[in-house]
Amino acid sequence: MKTIPLLCSAAVLVGTMLVSLALGKYPLHLTEIISFISFKLFGNGSFAPERLELLENLLIEIRLPRILTAALIGAALSVSGAAYQAMFINPLVSPGILGVLAGASFGAAVGMVFMKSWFAVQISTVAGGFVAVAITLGVARIYRINSTIMLVLGGIISGALFSSLLSMVKYLSDPYNQLPAITYWLMGNTTMADRETAFKCGIPICIGIVCLVCMARHLNVLSMGDEEARALGVNVRRIRIIVIICATIISTLTVVMAGIINWVGLIIPHIVRMMIGPDNETLLPASALIGASYLLVVDDVSRLAFNFELPIGIVTALVGIPFFMLVLKNTRKGWQ
Amino acid sequence: MTLLDLQGISFAYRQHEVLAGITLSIPEGSVVALLGPNGSGKTTLLKLMLGLLKPVQGRIRMHGRDIQLMPQRELARSMAYVPQVHKEPFAYRVFDVALMGRMPHKDFFSRYGREDRRIAREALERVGIAHLAERPYTEISGGERQLALIARAMTQGAHLFVMDEPTNGLDYGNQIRLLERLKQLSAEGNTFIFSTHHPDHAMAVADRVVMMRKGAIAYDGLVDATIHQASLMDLYNVDVRLMPVEEGVCVCVPAVRLCGCKGAAAAEKQCGSC
Repeated sequence: MKTIPLLCSAAVLVGTMLVSLALGKYPLHLTEIISFISFKLFGNGSFAPERLELLENLLIEIRLPRILTAALIGAALSVSGAAYQAMFINPLVSPGILGVLAGASFGAAVGMVFMKSWFAVQISTVAGGFVAVAITLGVARIYRINSTIMLVLGGIISGALFSSLLSMVKYLSDPYNQLPAITYWLMGNTTMADRETAFKCGIPICIGIVCLVCMARHLNVLSMGDEEARALGVNVRRIRIIVIICATIISTLTVVMAGIINWVGLIIPHIVRMMIGPDNETLLPASALIGASYLLVVDDVSRLAFNFELPIGIVTALVGIPFFMLVLKNTRKGWQ
Repeated sequence: MTLLDLQGISFAYRQHEVLAGITLSIPEGSVVALLGPNGSGKTTLLKLMLGLLKPVQGRIRMHGRDIQLMPQRELARSMAYVPQVHKEPFAYRVFDVALMGRMPHKDFFSRYGREDRRIAREALERVGIAHLAERPYTEISGGERQLALIARAMTQGAHLFVMDEPTNGLDYGNQIRLLERLKQLSAEGNTFIFSTHHPDHAMAVADRVVMMRKGAIAYDGLVDATIHQASLMDLYNVDVRLMPVEEGVCVCVPAVRLCGCKGAAAAEKQCGSC
């Protein structure tokens, strides 16, 4: 693990968070935010009571949940993307490879159409993601070939299954209220971010990220191929299952928080790999930090660039695609 | 002393039998070459020795212990796999590749420390590529990559090196440099088993040769006594000549014929067109 790139990435994230706190319909000065934080944490300085109330409301109730949500999603998608890329020995793999996003979308749509409470929708989303990955693993197992190829094929099958099921739910839904809600959700947006969801999802996401980062050495070895990994004393099967479980948990939780956000899990690990090399011990934590910062910036753009809020999923795609094309020109640096 | 002992090993992929009744013992400190036509089961035998495949029948013992009963990590500390040179999608530094050899010495959560780094650096020095440590593994030559994989094997702390066609894909100079390195490492007390398609390579560095055909051992013995014109012609069904060049050095050359007479038949007939 190299410390300097990680410290730089962490500094970038902290900076982006502070700037994001300041930005909004009611802009605040960065110095005021910093003194507010130091007042809250250490009791330094003082604020007028009305001003304090305004700041508390604006920063803690409104902006902080959204910032945490965006940062968590960015970190989660980037880390699971990076981990999957190492595990599948393919730098073009994204977190959705095993069908988790398709399953979670279906779960969310079912929840929105058939269930009353928002909590039930969240549970249904998580369940959808897990069922989809279970089907993927099941398909890979039926053919009894313990290889990444079968996992990828299983993912394609399960993803296709859940996309068609999603279409069915959409077709059955009420076209005036439910269908627009589902469609809007699937575009990916952070406007629904609330404090409770951010904390509820944030803790397991952080645990999942830490677990994946702990397996960085194993992922390095796994990316040399199964046989070499086993000859190096690694229990390939066990590591693969743990990685899949962690990545599935954290990716479904991103869907719970903000719907489908594509491209982040693909491009961030790429860019970070080009900057600091493919060693997962540094790559995974750096991807988490840079991915969080990236999604924060995209979220700022999506809420400030126009008079209305653009769903963040659309912005990640619009920014991601040209960026990815630029990155591909330099691919030989990070991988061949 | 016997390091690795194979008793009556059979192996099959599903219904397709690949190896049958292999009995073989590999003494400590020896260099064993594995010769045989394509599909004769060389790679399968190497993978069985590494514990990557399970024999259908028979036992493989290392220092008397059944390797099937040894944990993968413990096995990895005593024997190392040097695969054929491959292209990696990710450009790890050469040093990071060598460092991967420390995996079997680490617990699940413990990280590489200063000692691990020292061992990896030392291994790169011993195979003579310390100057490449910071270079991406994807950008060095095939010969250097093979040396990096050997360094990784040494970092594992292993004394038995199982190599699958180590000279495959290397240019002529790198093939010979690799063999020299192998000879030197064996003089330091390491044991090598390598498969190869070149009888010359076996004669250059090995002291034992195992010749395989259709999943069974056809010839097994000391190199000087076992690699000869008749055994090679029998094994590959082609015509070859073995010639002494100088004291202790022999070369094997193909006798390419136009008439299509092959193997022993050609030698017997001494056909006129050749």
